Amino acid sequence: MKKLANILIAVTFISTQLYAQQTPGNVQKEAITLLGGIAHIGNGTIIKNSAIVFEDGIIKACVDADKSKIAYKGEIINIKGQHVYPGFIAANTSLGLVEVDAVRASDDKEEIGENNPNINSLIAYNAESKVVESMRPNGVLIAQVSPGGGRISGASSIVQLDAWNWEDATIKTNDGIHLNWPNSFSRGRWWLGESRGFKQNPKYNNEIDELTDYFEESVTYLGGNKTMKNLAFEAMSGLFNNSQSLFIHVEDEKGIIDAVNFSNNFNIANVVIVGGYQAHLVTDFLINNNVSVLLQHTHSLPNFEDEDYDFTFKNPKKLLDAGVLVGIHTGDAANFQTRNLPFYAGQVAAQGVEKEIALQLITYNTAKILRIEDKLGTLEAGKDATLFVSKGDALDMKTNHLTSAFISGRKISLETHQTELWKRYSKKYQSTN
Amino acid sequence: MQKQLTLLLIILTFNFTFSQDYFPTNDGIKFDNTNYTTFTNAKIYSSHNSIIENGTMVVRDGKIIDIGKSVEIPKNSTIIDLEGKSIYPSFIDIYSKFGVKAPERKSGGRRTPQYNNTRKGYYWNDHIRPEQNAIEFFKYDDRKAKELIKNGFGAVNTHLSDGIIRGKGALIALTNSGDSNNIIDDNSTQYLSLSKSVTSSQSYPSSIMGVFALLKQVYFDAEWYSKGLSKTNDKSLEALNENKNLIQIFEAKNKINSLRIDKIGDEFDIQYVLLGGGDEYERIDEIKATNASYILPVNFPDAYDVEDTYSANILQLSDMREWNQRPTNPSHLEKNSIEFAITLDGLKSPNSLKGNIIKAIDHGLTKEKALEALTSIPAKLIGRNDVLGYLKKDYLANFLITSGEIFDNNTVIYENWVKGNRNIINSMEIKDIRGKYKLTVSDKSTVLDISGKLEKPKAKLKDSTLTVKKLSYKGGWLNMTVNDDSEFIRISLRVNKENNNLNGKAYYSDGSVSNLNVDFFEKQINDTKKPKEKSKKEKNIVSVTYPNMAYGFSELQESQDILIKNTTVWTNENQGVLKNTDVLITKGKISKVGINLKHKSALIIDGTGKHLTSGIIDEHSHIAASSINEGGHNSSAEVTIEEVIDPEDINIYRNLAGGVTTIQILHGSANPIGGRSAIIKLKWGENANNLIFKNSPKFIKFALGENVKQSNWQSYNRFPQSRMGVEQLYVDYFTRAKEYDLIKKSGNVYRKDLELEVLAEILNKERFISCHSYVQSEINMLMKVAEKFSFKINTFTHILEGYKVADKMKEHGAGASTFSDWWAYKFEVNDAIPYNASILHNAGVTTAINSDDAEMSRRLNQEAAKTIKYGGLSEEDAWKTVTLNPAKLLRIDDKVGSIKVGKDADVVLWNQNPLSVYALAEKTIIDGAIYFDIERDEKLRKEIKEERNLLINMMMEEKNKGGNTQAVKRKFKKLLTCESI
Repeated sequence: MKKLANILIAVTFISTQLYAQQTPGNVQKEAITLLGGIAHIGNGTIIKNSAIVFEDGIIKACVDADKSKIAYKGEIINIKGQHVYPGFIAANTSLGLVEVDAVRASDDKEEIGENNPNINSLIAYNAESKVVESMRPNGVLIAQVSPGGGRISGASSIVQLDAWNWEDATIKTNDGIHLNWPNSFSRGRWWLGESRGFKQNPKYNNEIDELTDYFEESVTYLGGNKTMKNLAFEAMSGLFNNSQSLFIHVEDEKGIIDAVNFSNNFNIANVVIVGGYQAHLVTDFLINNNVSVLLQHTHSLPNFEDEDYDFTFKNPKKLLDAGVLVGIHTGDAANFQTRNLPFYAGQVAAQGVEKEIALQLITYNTAKILRIEDKLGTLEAGKDATLFVSKGDALDMKTNHLTSAFISGRKISLETHQTELWKRYSKKYQSTN
Repeated sequence: MQKQLTLLLIILTFNFTFSQDYFPTNDGIKFDNTNYTTFTNAKIYSSHNSIIENGTMVVRDGKIIDIGKSVEIPKNSTIIDLEGKSIYPSFIDIYSKFGVKAPERKSGGRRTPQYNNTRKGYYWNDHIRPEQNAIEFFKYDDRKAKELIKNGFGAVNTHLSDGIIRGKGALIALTNSGDSNNIIDDNSTQYLSLSKSVTSSQSYPSSIMGVFALLKQVYFDAEWYSKGLSKTNDKSLEALNENKNLIQIFEAKNKINSLRIDKIGDEFDIQYVLLGGGDEYERIDEIKATNASYILPVNFPDAYDVEDTYSANILQLSDMREWNQRPTNPSHLEKNSIEFAITLDGLKSPNSLKGNIIKAIDHGLTKEKALEALTSIPAKLIGRNDVLGYLKKDYLANFLITSGEIFDNNTVIYENWVKGNRNIINSMEIKDIRGKYKLTVSDKSTVLDISGKLEKPKAKLKDSTLTVKKLSYKGGWLNMTVNDDSEFIRISLRVNKENNNLNGKAYYSDGSVSNLNVDFFEKQINDTKKPKEKSKKEKNIVSVTYPNMAYGFSELQESQDILIKNTTVWTNENQGVLKNTDVLITKGKISKVGINLKHKSALIIDGTGKHLTSGIIDEHSHIAASSINEGGHNSSAEVTIEEVIDPEDINIYRNLAGGVTTIQILHGSANPIGGRSAIIKLKWGENANNLIFKNSPKFIKFALGENVKQSNWQSYNRFPQSRMGVEQLYVDYFTRAKEYDLIKKSGNVYRKDLELEVLAEILNKERFISCHSYVQSEINMLMKVAEKFSFKINTFTHILEGYKVADKMKEHGAGASTFSDWWAYKFEVNDAIPYNASILHNAGVTTAINSDDAEMSRRLNQEAAKTIKYGGLSEEDAWKTVTLNPAKLLRIDDKVGSIKVGKDADVVLWNQNPLSVYALAEKTIIDGAIYFDIERDEKLRKEIKEERNLLINMMMEEKNKGGNTQAVKRKFKKLLTCESI
C-alpha cells in the first residue's frame, strides 16, 4: 500500500473535477527554454545536453548546451536526464472517425460507392474523441486522418491532436487521395462452396482497366471547359497538379510495380505506397521512381507461415537499409492502438537499427512522406514547437513516461478520461484502506 | 466428357438373369440357366499373394464353383481360353456414394439461427441420423456403374453421405439385373462423419468439438435408452442401438481428425474404420498406434503451376511438400503394417485411379499391397471377406480378365465379370496390328507405322508428304484419313485373321477409288521400356518434419542437461533478480541455482550479459486450436478444447520465439457457459496429446456481456439478450447441476448428461472458471451467483472494469487476467483503462496480462512492461504478470512460473532485460528441451529457402514434362479469437 501512496503523491492533480474531455492548451504567450535534456532530433542525430528555445509556437533554437551559447528565454525548465522528442506522427489513421469499433453509430470511416475522391475526412474528424486524447500521453501529437472503403476512398487531412474542433486541429487539408489498389489475389467465395484459400484474382486486370478509365476520364474533364461541374473529377485535380499525394494501398510485389507504373502514366509526382508488405523486394524500383512507403506497423503477424517470425519487425529495416524513404502507418490496427506508435518504432530498433534511425520512422520520415517536413518531424529551429519530454527512452514502453508536451508551443494536458478513472479509483481504495 | 461417354457406351454387358426362384415371370418362359462358364489357361490371382499359373476357374450362378490348377470341367461348360491372360478379383470401394443421392442444401439460408430440431420422434439433434438406411435411397446408376466397371470395380459399399451419424451402408454388386440380385449386404456397416446434415439448419453443433461432444452424448443416451429408461420413443436411438454391432466407418479426412476420432472411439470401445486424408505419413507412429484400419484416398495433388513467379511466392512449403510427398503415403502405411483399403473417394473420376496407383507404386508401394488394398482388405474391413475379395470356391464370381499385370501401364482390362455377368471393356478378340507395313497410294510407296495402344493405335507415314489425320480401329476394320496439301484420301482396311496383311480401298478426293494392299513386314518393337526406366529413377522426396511444414524439426526435441552460466536470473521468488548466477537443468527440471555450478555432461550456455527468466504463460490464448466457439447452444460445457488442439499452428513457433512456454487455450466468448480449456506447453513438433500440460487442472470458460447477448450482430432469438438474462441462465444451470449431482451421488439411475457433469465439477470445486468479463455490474453479479452456490470464480479474464470492483474481487478471492491497454473496440470497454492491472495488483488481486491474440502473445514481455508505464509497477512485479501470476491463476505455480529448484525447466534466455522493447528471446526451453534457438532459427530459414527453391524447380520440371498442374493457391488458416464462430 505504501507503493500506491507513493504513486499517488507522484501524480500531480491538475483537476479535482472530472471533465468529459481535456481542455486544449492555451496559445503560447511566453518563450520557453528546455534545458539539459537529451534531444532526439528526429533526423538521425542526438544532442546529449541540449538547449531548446521556443517562442510563439516556433522552435527558435535547438543546440548543444555544452557548445553553443544562446540566450535562454522565458520560462526555463530544467529537464536534465530527460529525453526530448519531436511530436510523433501517426500516418493513415482513423483517429476521430471511429470512436467505438463495434458501435456503428460511432463509425464514420467509410463511404459507399466505388470512386469517391471528393470525400473529405477532415470535416468528420472528432477533435473531442476520447481515443484521440489518449494518444498524447504516449507522445503521438500529429495524425493523418484517412477515409477508407471503395477503390478511391477520398482525401485525408493532417491534424494536431489537441484542438477544440476540426478547423482548429487542421495542419494540412486534403493532403492526399487514397486509392485501394486491386488485389492480385482474392479469397475463395466459401459460401458458394469454393475453398477459403487465396487464389489469383481473375478480375485483376479488369479492375486496373476500370481504374485507368476513371483517371483518364478525370484528366479529360479537367482539360475541358467544365460546363457541367463534376465534383468527383474536380477532386482529382490535386493529383495532377502535384498539390496532393496519391496514397496507394497495396501490399504485394506485383501490385506495387503495377501501381507505380500506373501513377507514372498519369504523371503523378507524389506517390506513397501504403502497406507495402513486399516493398522490400522492389527497393531499387521504388528509389528510381522516387516512391516512398508507409509500412504497416510492426506489431503484426507475418502473412505467410514460411516467413521469418520476425518478418514484420524487420521489414522497415530492409527498406531503410536499401535507402527507401519509409515510415510506419497504423491503418490496420484498431485506432486506439495508434498510441503504441512509439513502440512500433522501438521494435525496429530491436532488430539492429540504430535507435535514432528507427525514430525517424515516426518523425522526420513520416513528415517528409506527408509533405509537412517544413513544419514538423524534427527539433530544428524554424519548425513548430510540437514536442514532448519523457523521463526515459520514449520508444520503449518500459520507460516511455511523458512529463510535458507542447503543440505549436501550447502546453497540452497529458490527462485523459483514463487517467481520471485511474486516480478516482486509486483514491477510492486508498481511502478505504 | 463427351469422349468419356462414347468410351463408356462400348462396354458390352451380358446379363444372364438368374432371377429369384419365387419371382413370377411375365416376359417369356421361366427357366434356370444351369450352364457353366469355364476359364482355362489363365494366370489366376486368387488373392494378392497367391497365384495359380495355368489355372482353371468354373463359374455358375454368379459364383465360383471351382478354381485351381487341375479342375474338372463340367460337361455343360462354355470354355473361354485365357492363354497369356490373367484373372484378378475385381476391386471393391468401401467408401462409395454410388446410387445414393445425398440431399442438397436448401438455397438461401435463414437469417436467424435455428436452435431446435425439425423432426418428431427422432433424436433431439437433426444431425444424428442412424435410422437412415442407404438401401432405401438406392437407385442403380447405370452411367456411374459403367465407369466403375471399366476401371475394374465389381462391388461398392455405398452410403448416404449426410449427417454426423449417417446410418447403414449397403454393399452393392455392380450389375443391374432389375431385381435385388445386386444387393450383397445391407446390414454390415454404419457410416459417420464430422459434417452436419444439409437437410436441417439446426445450429448445434457449430464446431468440431461440438460434434465430438454430441457423439459422446448420443452414445450415452443410446445406452440409457436401451435400458428402457426413456419415457418417449426415439427412432434414432433405437436405430443406433440396432447398428451397434455393425462396422463403423468414420470420415476423418485428415490425420489429426483420425487421431481425435479414434480417441472418442476408445472411450466407448468402438474401433472405427477411418477414412483417411492421404497425410497419414506425417504422423505415422501415432496413426499406427490407433490400431485402426484406414480407407485411403489416392488423390495425389498435381504440381502447382509456378511459371508466374509473383504468384508462386504465395505458395507455402507445406503445400509444395504435399505434392512431393503424398504419393509415398500408401507405402508408409504398408511399411508400418497398418491395414488399409484404397478408395475412389477424392478422385475426380475413377479413370484416374490406375495412374495414381502406379504413382504410389513408383513411390514404394508394392503391387501386392496395392491389389490387396483394392480387393481382400476392403472385403475384410466391411466383414464380407467370406464372399468377396478373393477368387475362391463359393465366392462371388467378381473378377477381371486382363492382358497382363494389372498395375502395368500397358495392361488392359478385357473383361470385368460381376456376379457372373460379363462386361466386355476391350475385346479379347482384338488383333494386335501394331507394326510396320508397306503402303502404296497414288503410286507412291511408303511405310505405314502403327503403334500406340493395342485397342487404340495411332499411325504415321514415313518419308511421305502425306500425314495420317484420323484413325479408328474397331470391329476388325481400320479406317483412316491421310492428306497432304493437295488432297485427302480416305482409307478403309480390313484386318485379316489368316495373315498380318491388311486389304481394302482408298477413296481419293476426286472421287476415284482404288484397291489397296498393305503388306506387313515388321512387328512393332515394344516401346514400353522407356517409362519403366524412368520409374526406376530415384524419386527426390523431401524429408518429413515435425510438424510437416516450415520451421518443423527433423527430429522431436528431447530434454537435455543444460547449464546456463553467469547470467542475470529473474527468479520470481524471494531472492528476486540474481546477478552473475548459474542455473542447472537436469531431467527436465531446474536442479540448481547458484554460483560456480558444474556438471560434467551438460550443455553449457554462456549467459553473460543476458537475462534468464521463467517462460511466459499466456492465460488467454486461442492459437493452436481447430475450433474455438461452440455457438450452437448458449451453454456448451460439454465441449472441450483438448479434443481440438492443432499442433501444427505456426503461431506455436512464433510464440516460442517470443518466450512463451505455456498457454491456456480458452473456449471463445459466444456463450455464457463456454467450453472446457486446454492448458498446453508449446512443444513444437509434438502431437496434440503430448502438448497437454501434465495433470493440468480443469478449467472452463464463461463469458458475460455483449458477446453472449449477441449485441453486435443481428441475432434476436437466443436467450439471453440482456445481462439480466445472463444471470438467470447461470442460476438455472447451476440449480439443475446441483439436482443432477444429488441424483448421481444417490446411486439412483440417471441419464448421463455431459454438460451437467461438467457443471457439477464446478460445484464440487474440481473445475475452475475463467470468465470473460468487462463491466463492473456483471463481474459483481457472477461472484454473487457463485457465492450462492458456494464456489468461487477462479479468474476473471479481460476484466477491463476490474479496477472498479477490485476490493470485491479481493474479498471473493478471484484473480484477474487482463489486457495491458486494449479498449474502445466495443461499447462495454469504454471505461477500460491501461491502469487496470496496476490498480488490481495494488489491491492485492493476483493479476496477469494476457493476449487473446496470436500476435500480441509473442510480445507479452512488452505488454507486461506497460504495467510499469501505466501505474508504476516495479519491474519484478511487472514481470510476474506474465509468468508467476498466470501460473497461479492456472493453478500450476507448483510446477512453473518461477526459477526454483524442482520446478519444470521452462526458461527463456533473453539478450537483455526482458521487459524492454529491445529484448529478444534467444533460447526458449521447455522441460529441458530447446524449442526455440535464435541461431537454429537462422539455419531453418536458410533451409526453407533452399527447399522452396528445390520444389519449385521440380514442379517446373513436371510442367515442362507435360505433367498436370494446378493454379497456385494458398490454404486459409483462420486466426481464431474469442469471437470466432
